[in-house]
Amino acid sequence: MKEAMKSRIHLYEQCGHYVLVDVNSGAVHLIDRMIYDIMDIFDGTNDERVKQELAGKYEEAELDEALGELKELIDEKLLFAPDIEVPPTFKQKGVVKSLCLMVAQDCNMRCKYCFGDGGSYGQERAVMSPEVGKAAVDFLLKNAGLRKHFEIDFFGGEPLMNMKTVKAVTNYVHQKEKELNVHFKLTMTTNGLLLNEENRTWLNDNNLSLVLSTDGRKDVHDRMRPDAGGQGTYDRVMKNFKAMVDSRNGENYYMRGTYTKHNLDFTKDVLDMNDKGFDILSVEPVVAKDAPDYALTDAELPRIYEEYDRLTEAYMKRRREGRGFFFFHFNMDLSNGPCIAKRLAGCGSGHEYYAVSENGDLYPCHQFVGRGKYKLGDVFNGVNHPEVSQYFRESHVLNKPKCRDCWARFFCSGGCHANADLFNGDIREPWDTGCSIQRKRLESAILVQALMHEEGLSNDNEQA
Amino acid sequence: MKHIKTVNKPSMQSTLMTGGCGECQASCQSACKTSCTVGNQPCASRK
Ligand code: SF4
Repeated sequence: MKEAMKSRIHLYEQCGHYVLVDVNSGAVHLIDRMIYDIMDIFDGTNDERVKQELAGKYEEAELDEALGELKELIDEKLLFAPDIEVPPTFKQKGVVKSLCLMVAQDCNMRCKYCFGDGGSYGQERAVMSPEVGKAAVDFLLKNAGLRKHFEIDFFGGEPLMNMKTVKAVTNYVHQKEKELNVHFKLTMTTNGLLLNEENRTWLNDNNLSLVLSTDGRKDVHDRMRPDAGGQGTYDRVMKNFKAMVDSRNGENYYMRGTYTKHNLDFTKDVLDMNDKGFDILSVEPVVAKDAPDYALTDAELPRIYEEYDRLTEAYMKRRREGRGFFFFHFNMDLSNGPCIAKRLAGCGSGHEYYAVSENGDLYPCHQFVGRGKYKLGDVFNGVNHPEVSQYFRESHVLNKPKCRDCWARFFCSGGCHANADLFNGDIREPWDTGCSIQRKRLESAILVQALMHEEGLSNDNEQA
Repeated sequence: MKHIKTVNKPSMQSTLMTGGCGECQASCQSACKTSCTVGNQPCASRK
């Protein structure tokens, strides 16, 4: 097949199903084995060659029929849809819409894979003052253009260690919402140790979305997520998470975990979370370099692929049994996903999204905090390296050589800049192992959505 | 069709001229914030 055509489709087999993705339209087709074989050769015009090569395998009449169906798809622009270039809707300059506030660069846990060195990010342990927090809100509003929807994530370290600032910022945000008729979505990512009744009530009263960190099974969690004294934390945090989630009718949270080389059987961790009564779940690969005991490398890929197949099957099984759960990466809207501009921009780090360190410095995202050359300014004086910010803006998926030809480009949007910088010293050169995992995860998500559609299953969670 | 079942009605190409309002949620691509791939996101203006 001509190379140009090849980069317009993606063909795969998973769990006994054959799938054809048309990259530039986003169309997903469930196909049979014959189409699968044909598409390995077919480029839209070479019918004769297809027939020659597959003559021994299929009847000519069947091949004609199949080719006819493929031609219909081409006519409907659902196959080999034309390449997409940067559209005019992708504005030259981004406007700020979300911030990550490192309200506490300190933590009461010592997770072994923490990229923030136990919350400190290689700096002094310190917490953000309410003044810095409010200045961050002002910075956001000042640089937001005409936008009306914003997000702030309270992050750390452990944000519950600095409720004083969390509360001050939240009150300030509510005041600004009224004054300016804008809307903020507030999120907190917490390890759960300090989720006591007082905090629970406050978080519910103020409608904060929660991201609850645990790694799944007790032994897996305790191995990687000890407290500052080295003790396992599983029993304590799960008790708190349960009370937290029950107190908000099982809504407005995500439970998320990290898998490492120690738990490549992470389907069990996902199911364990579900069995413990949680049904909005996410588990993701650890990102770590030079950590031979737990980091993921290419050597683990076959095992990881196998595990995503297993997770796909387990996910579908529970859906079919009427006790489905959400798995973040599988939850994809194939028909009404984001626009092209968004698919190009990805996370927006460094131009639409910034992290604010404890003292008010601006970084492209929370993972860059402490990487000196990426300090972009501060919340009091704004961005003083607009050229770096612009470089991030222009580092969209079509400007990354590896991504241009990758079938996942409009789903993945070019991967994580921080990971690319960590592994390759260049935000435009994605981390290969991460890409391989990403593509497998996307294949799984697409298959899940295709099967749900075919079987008439809903994406809503059945259990309340 | 006998050999192909198309499962979605994709809208991506039609957003070439209309998208870009930017009201949607940011989407972290890393592994630490329930990272989502952009493909997981709903559009905030086309509800
Ligand atoms: S970051 Fe990797 S997986 Fe994502 S589009 Fe680029 S090459 Fe593909």
